[in-house]
Amino acid sequence: MAVIKTEHLNHVYSEGTPFVKMAIQDVNLSIEEGDMVGVIGHTGSGKSTLIQHLNGLLKPTSGKIYIDGQDMWADSTNIRDIRFKVGLVFQYPEYQLFEETVYKDIAFGPKNMGLSEEEVDRRVYEAASFVNVTKDMMQKSPFELSGGQKRRVAIAGVLAMRPKVLILDEPTAGLDPKGRDRILGQIQEYQKDQKNTVLIVSHSMEDVAKFAKKVLVMNQSKVFMYDDTEKVFAHAKEIEQMGLAVPQVTKIFMRLAEMGYPVNPHTYTIQAAKRQVLDLFEKQEIKGGKHHA
Amino acid sequence: MNDFIEAQGISFSYHVEEGQAPVNVFENLNVTIHQGELTAVLGHNGSGKSTFAKHLNAILLPSGGKVYVDGMDTANEDNLYDIRQKVGMVFQNPDNQIVATVVEEDVAFGLENIGVPPKEMRERVDRALMDVGIYEYKRHAPHRLSGGQKQRVAIAGIIAMRPKCIVLDEPTAMLDPRGRKEVMETIQKLNREYGITIVLITHYMDEAAQCDRIIVMDSGKVILDDTPKKVFSHVRELKKVGLDVPQTSELIYEFLKEGYNLPTDVLTEDECIKALTTLFRRKGIKPVKTDAQEELEQQVKEI
Repeated sequence: MAVIKTEHLNHVYSEGTPFVKMAIQDVNLSIEEGDMVGVIGHTGSGKSTLIQHLNGLLKPTSGKIYIDGQDMWADSTNIRDIRFKVGLVFQYPEYQLFEETVYKDIAFGPKNMGLSEEEVDRRVYEAASFVNVTKDMMQKSPFELSGGQKRRVAIAGVLAMRPKVLILDEPTAGLDPKGRDRILGQIQEYQKDQKNTVLIVSHSMEDVAKFAKKVLVMNQSKVFMYDDTEKVFAHAKEIEQMGLAVPQVTKIFMRLAEMGYPVNPHTYTIQAAKRQVLDLFEKQEIKGGKHHA
Repeated sequence: MNDFIEAQGISFSYHVEEGQAPVNVFENLNVTIHQGELTAVLGHNGSGKSTFAKHLNAILLPSGGKVYVDGMDTANEDNLYDIRQKVGMVFQNPDNQIVATVVEEDVAFGLENIGVPPKEMRERVDRALMDVGIYEYKRHAPHRLSGGQKQRVAIAGIIAMRPKCIVLDEPTAMLDPRGRKEVMETIQKLNREYGITIVLITHYMDEAAQCDRIIVMDSGKVILDDTPKKVFSHVRELKKVGLDVPQTSELIYEFLKEGYNLPTDVLTEDECIKALTTLFRRKGIKPVKTDAQEELEQQVKEI
């Protein structure tokens, strides 16, 4: 079943002023439960506007959004429940930490849900363990932590609400390659463990290639494509023209295929590239062997 | 090449809490930046690279050792004014370094502070805006610009001061791919056309690959210092310190690991394709022309 569904979703900013802008136009999406989705699109493509609709931060100018089959704006008193169902982690979430201790900061969300103290406690530790926030960090002030640690605490604060859908807006921005891989790995583990739906907004096609099963490409306030990662990468040239960066390995394999070499132009990870070439060599050796015999 | 900045045996440490032992960022660090060079500094978060950058125009002073900028000791307060004019800094967040409400006023801010006459100021501001490709936005409000444009406004504000060197601390970290490209092209232009010495701190390996030289820092030490080709051939060492290499270098490294004989200093896409096709040829794998290509060739012949 689709956990997120939108019908003819439109959003216009500053309507009736000279700055009027169609931020998203006629978005029809159906995201299945348990999918790991990469959301890409250059700045101004509408991706941030779209994700802000998915937990009710923005109200559509027209069109409908269904979360778990429920029409989000049919009864606006429901919006509180929707926000617990769809957890949103903003860009640079570490700037939003505010409590005295790491524990209190992670507990803030579940406490607001009106859960018992024991339940809050259980959830805080569960969420913390997903992003490797250790017990000895719990009583520290969030401001004593390093940047990477702060970001993981901020993510834990959203995980502790056990949202059915988790949306992260560029969770790896500003991190070094190791920090980047660590956070993506932890989110992947979390998704596998909880089997819920995760959307990650990213500028990096290289990162998206590493984790996403499906990719949503936004361009000029419309959905350009929503499909399996492989199928989306088959449109690497068009995606590059939108101002997004295509992985180098994809570019290299596209050129090799153009030159006439028997390789798959839609290769987007190093490991897939290596396997493919080694298979090719193996086949060639068998062929060569037969030839000599 | 002339040495422009010399860090001689510098140490730096800071106190987290009173009464606790200080944290050493680096100890006895020696780095020389040559005039006209485009240098990238790589290192994971906390490796000391930003702290190092802040020593290059006396924002921070070393607790031991000396930093000389164009021969001037950064610890001597009388030199501060000259040093800051020679070495400009650009930081990560464009929103934190723009002070005015109109683009050209922001670029003029530094010049106003040093009392440049109005006519010259007008020329310098216009020139700087043209150099970074923002001239047509000079009367716009900065907050209506994209991240890449804002970062170029910040760079314009620095080059209007006519510095000899610009230090950029992760200037593209908050930008999208298009903005990153704009900023990288601007940096390269300033280096190639005006000979401005550039020190670029970055987490992006592809940006470092476009520089003349890469310095890799780990726990306050320089572990590699060489051309991009040489540095990125150290795939294992770089991964060990939490860094990455461009996919081109990594792909070739994977085949080297399997025992194939390939060049070890592959960096560009063209070099990578050349290495792979050489390997293919050696294995007897030839390119097969597709029908479309054959057709095209046929058409060419007929003409």
